[in-house]
Amino acid sequence: MTDSSEDRTAVPSQSAAAGSAAAPTEAAPERDAFLQVRDLKVHFPTDDGLVKSVDGLTFSLEKGKTLGIVGESGSGKSVTSLAVMGLHRASRQQRSKVRMSGEIRLDGKELVSADPDEVRRLRGRRMAMIFQDPLSALHPFYSVGSQIVEAYRVHNDVDKKTARKRAIEMLDRVGIPQPDKRVDDHPHQFSGGMRQRAMIAMALVNNPELLIADEPTTALDVTVQAQILDLIRDLQKEFGSAVIIITHDLGVVAELADDLLVMYGGRCIERGPAEKVFYEPQHPYTWGLLGSMPRIDRDQTERLIPVKGSPPSLINVPSGCAFNPRCPYADVPKDNLTRTVRPELREAGGGHYSACHMAPEERQRIWTEEIAPKL
Amino acid sequence: MVLLLIVSAVTFGIFFLLPKLAGQSTDQLAQQYIGKAPTPADIAAVKKNLGLDKPVYEQYWDFLKGIFVGVDYKFGPEAAKCHVPCFGYSFKTHIEVWPEIQSRLPVTLSLAAGAAVLWVVSGVATGVLSALRPGSIFDRMAMGIALAGVSLPMFFTGALALALFTYQWPIFERSDYVPLLDDPFLWARTLVLPWVTLAFLYSALYARLTRAGMLETLSEDYIRTARAKGLRERKVVVRHGLRAALTPIITVFGMDLGLLLGGALITEQVFSLKGVGAFAVEAINANDLPNILGVTLLAAFFIVMCNLVVDVLYAAVDPRVRLS
Repeated sequence: MTDSSEDRTAVPSQSAAAGSAAAPTEAAPERDAFLQVRDLKVHFPTDDGLVKSVDGLTFSLEKGKTLGIVGESGSGKSVTSLAVMGLHRASRQQRSKVRMSGEIRLDGKELVSADPDEVRRLRGRRMAMIFQDPLSALHPFYSVGSQIVEAYRVHNDVDKKTARKRAIEMLDRVGIPQPDKRVDDHPHQFSGGMRQRAMIAMALVNNPELLIADEPTTALDVTVQAQILDLIRDLQKEFGSAVIIITHDLGVVAELADDLLVMYGGRCIERGPAEKVFYEPQHPYTWGLLGSMPRIDRDQTERLIPVKGSPPSLINVPSGCAFNPRCPYADVPKDNLTRTVRPELREAGGGHYSACHMAPEERQRIWTEEIAPKL
Repeated sequence: MVLLLIVSAVTFGIFFLLPKLAGQSTDQLAQQYIGKAPTPADIAAVKKNLGLDKPVYEQYWDFLKGIFVGVDYKFGPEAAKCHVPCFGYSFKTHIEVWPEIQSRLPVTLSLAAGAAVLWVVSGVATGVLSALRPGSIFDRMAMGIALAGVSLPMFFTGALALALFTYQWPIFERSDYVPLLDDPFLWARTLVLPWVTLAFLYSALYARLTRAGMLETLSEDYIRTARAKGLRERKVVVRHGLRAALTPIITVFGMDLGLLLGGALITEQVFSLKGVGAFAVEAINANDLPNILGVTLLAAFFIVMCNLVVDVLYAAVDPRVRLS
């Protein structure tokens, strides 16, 4: 528990170096970015076959920046975040069920091959996570305060009184009224939004440098969603941490993310600066996502355009481009290329990558002529 | 309040139904009390003295009164004072019911308490270990043994244990019950075999219950949260997993212990322990109504009390129960 000091001292100098080294239009993720994920594969052997939940994912994230990971259910976004947290290898039973390869570097420290206990010591201290449903993510039998105290005392050698003071301070910081009274309440005595605030307080109690929010607003009322997103943004500014927001709601990332990563079938099919991905999306799947997003400024009689078909099987991923069975433009590239060769990520300029066989000019034309006018 | 209602309802049921079920008229009851070949006059006298000639509700009232304030019997050669709680006198031996039961309580209490500690500890521990490695060799073996434990009847495992460890290899020699305070070592030695056989039966059930409960709670979101905090896996399992998995086990435990305190009928028979269970068997064999009444009421009392304790424990364990 006292192992924090030596790791901590190394942080400011290294991250400062990382910040200056990262050019704004880096071609490939730099090795010294704060969080560096390289060719990450997370596979689960099952009786039905090998489930390739994440199959070769690469991205990087700097401190103070927010990365949004979007994709439909089963695209591998949650599996990715759990992999970064080391939560696929926390228990012996979990370790027997997963096959991981590739690299996850947190501040230079490689986590995929690291001893699980080493990763555990980073967990909650240098990286923390908040989950989708705060009611089920908080233990029903313990008071909110004691759960925060527990999170603090795992990594800090302090007595209960000090930790409790810290818990109240954090509850106050995330906007819970009368924190000195609510600290002894149990999760069921909190409202949904309050619970998520408490969850955030718990995640941030050790000032983590990386915060992963896995669908943090999905289980909340719409009115509360915006408050929670604002809170995350404010806290990020205050603590300067790196944030990953995982969501299927493009509205959420539009508000928060600096960079966007679109996942499909366990792979990244498009990534880049958020405004680029939003305003000049390159991949037909991203077009589909944008088309299926409800918008208040559109006529209500207009129907949403769903992405046809269903998510791909992660055991038998379609050959070639995984999106090809659902892609309306699958026949545009010549020689049946979409169905035979898996497209690699290619840069369209400004750090904006996408994995599609169609020629950039062709995609540009389809986007401006066919897709954009309908959005 | 509800508990008191239940207890009185049970008492009422026992009091009215038992003689009917045994198919005995009041005359026959009185006849039992007297013994061989009574004259009709004797029967009438006894019926009057025991209050059997009164309407049933009055008898019931007298019975209840006896339990709470005692009864003074003023007939026969000497007046007798039946002390609180008075369940009357045995029809057969004319011995007061309660002191007789009381003298046998320590045996049953020792048996039940010792076995309960054994089966809870071993059952829960096995269940947790199995749940941590489902499908492992340990899990399969433990669950196989558990299946055997649940399926094998007490009179078989008990007899087997006796045959092996008392007769074949006399590790635990046969001896009568020795009170704990007289000689703790002998007390334990006489009880080891019944404890173990009884615990074998129950711990099997508890191991399976714990395993199922743990497997369920370990997949809960709050377990993932606990891991995300960086807690050690042992703490995750015990503090977060087991705590939640224990609630259903507490319920079952209350029931089991309550039932057992009312007399472990078969175990006491097999190991010739003179406890409440053996007393119940004797009373039923002898068709001795006051004894049956007394022992049944005691069993009901234990079950109700244990359930009360369970409810209190539940509130202590799960804060969501406290409010509602």
